[in-house]
Amino acid sequence: MSKIFAIAGVVIKELYRRKDFYVLFVLTAVITLVAGMHRFFNDPNIVRYAKDLCMLLIWISALVIAIATTARQIPVERENRTIFPLLAKPVTRWQVVVGKFMGSWLATGVALLVFYIFFGIATGSREEVSRWPVYFQAFWLQWVMLGVVVAITLLGSVVFSAPSANVTICFIAIAGILFLGGHLNVIALRNAEPVQSVICAVYYLIPHLEWFDLRDRLVHGWGRVSWFDCGLATLYAAAYAWLFLLLTWLVFRRKSL
Amino acid sequence: MKASPFWILALLVTVCFTLAVTLGLRIGNPVERPQSNNAFKLLFGEGQRLFANEFYVMADVYFHGGYYPSIFDQPEGKSHILAASRGESDEEDTTNVDFFGSPKDWIDRFGNHFRVNQHTHLDQGAEAQEILPWLKLAADTNPQMIQTYTVAAYWLRKNVHKPKEAEAFLREGLHNNPGNCEILFALGRIYNEDYHDTVRARNVWTAALQRWQAQGDDAKKSVESKQLCDAISMNLAYLEENAGNWPRAIQYLEMAKQVSPAPDDIQKQIDEAKRKVTNDK
Repeated sequence: MSKIFAIAGVVIKELYRRKDFYVLFVLTAVITLVAGMHRFFNDPNIVRYAKDLCMLLIWISALVIAIATTARQIPVERENRTIFPLLAKPVTRWQVVVGKFMGSWLATGVALLVFYIFFGIATGSREEVSRWPVYFQAFWLQWVMLGVVVAITLLGSVVFSAPSANVTICFIAIAGILFLGGHLNVIALRNAEPVQSVICAVYYLIPHLEWFDLRDRLVHGWGRVSWFDCGLATLYAAAYAWLFLLLTWLVFRRKSL
Repeated sequence: MKASPFWILALLVTVCFTLAVTLGLRIGNPVERPQSNNAFKLLFGEGQRLFANEFYVMADVYFHGGYYPSIFDQPEGKSHILAASRGESDEEDTTNVDFFGSPKDWIDRFGNHFRVNQHTHLDQGAEAQEILPWLKLAADTNPQMIQTYTVAAYWLRKNVHKPKEAEAFLREGLHNNPGNCEILFALGRIYNEDYHDTVRARNVWTAALQRWQAQGDDAKKSVESKQLCDAISMNLAYLEENAGNWPRAIQYLEMAKQVSPAPDDIQKQIDEAKRKVTNDK
């Protein structure tokens, strides 16, 4: 376990050395503050559009950080030849995969926490204390969802030849799941066989990341989700993350370095 | 020879300055050019109009508190903010409409626990103000989208109690769409219901009616156009009734009867008005 955390620690240090997070955070903060300062019809109480915009930017930034951080982990180690001393420690390939996953996921979590603290200070200061569980659930479910995204990207990093190709394909796949994933069953019914069965199979196979999006609840002032459902969603995401990690290991195990 | 980074920076600044001055002179005085009043205009030019409908839909999404069908769910038909601003929501409660239908499978059922799954409207209380930024953006991106002005004006005066802002927004709409009878009608309502200035309300509604009559026959045939004429005529008739000007009131009621979906009811009002005219004599 200590080897896994040692590898993860290096990934976390890499995040705060790189400028991606700072640029995205400053952009999010500036856009939100400028939007928040704008007065529509001289009414200072109109806030939801600013919250909505801020949450959208947080989602985009978190996805960019998660995918960009994870996609280069294994390829860069191979390119710089640092993978050889790492595996000679001795560290198994499974530990490398899990260490890289843990590092990327925790680093994304730290970045996400900073974003949510900003969101809480900027918009949540006007909220009642009873609303804070929704904030926590939104953060938790998004972080859990990012775990699946990190695992998918890690699999892509051992399958695709270049990190740029992996980043592009992962972005398209994740955006596709988020926007269309929940509607594939309806789309399937509008198609003839065998397309219908194929779309149906995809619908049941993909991880339904759209569940983890509580932005509407947060922005429009709805109450929290039941903790039991939150737990079930966490287990669902964990199962998919481990499945993708296992696939990553299976591919990485047979890969020549 | 190795160039210092400061020299390279100085060279770049000089090039930028020269280019800016050359292009600035060639394009002309920026004050004389049409000004881009927002970022969308600057980025997309006339293409910004494509976003107007999206912003208008966003206002409807906010009106529903985030409960809204996607393009894959049941189509909603007429937007509820428009229906509510026309007083149509009073006649029919639409909050019992389920946009998503019953869950189709376990994934859909479980996903329901996370998304907003209650059909509500923000028409009660001050929360309706949250739809206003989207309507303003829609109007900025497509100044010819009439309903953005009338709907925003309705919510501004009814729920936010800001008739002055509503009037200013309608005047902006009138500036972009000179003589539009729908905007003139909404303006008249502010004068009549908020300022209680019946003289100005009468003048604006009379202008609206004249504009409506000046339209081509095709424009008058649509249901919405007839509803507008009905509303203008009826409001003018009530104004004249209150002023004791019965012959004018009857004249407006006759106009309303021609376009109303319930002409029999209006005929009863005409008969009653005629009786009052006879009694007065």
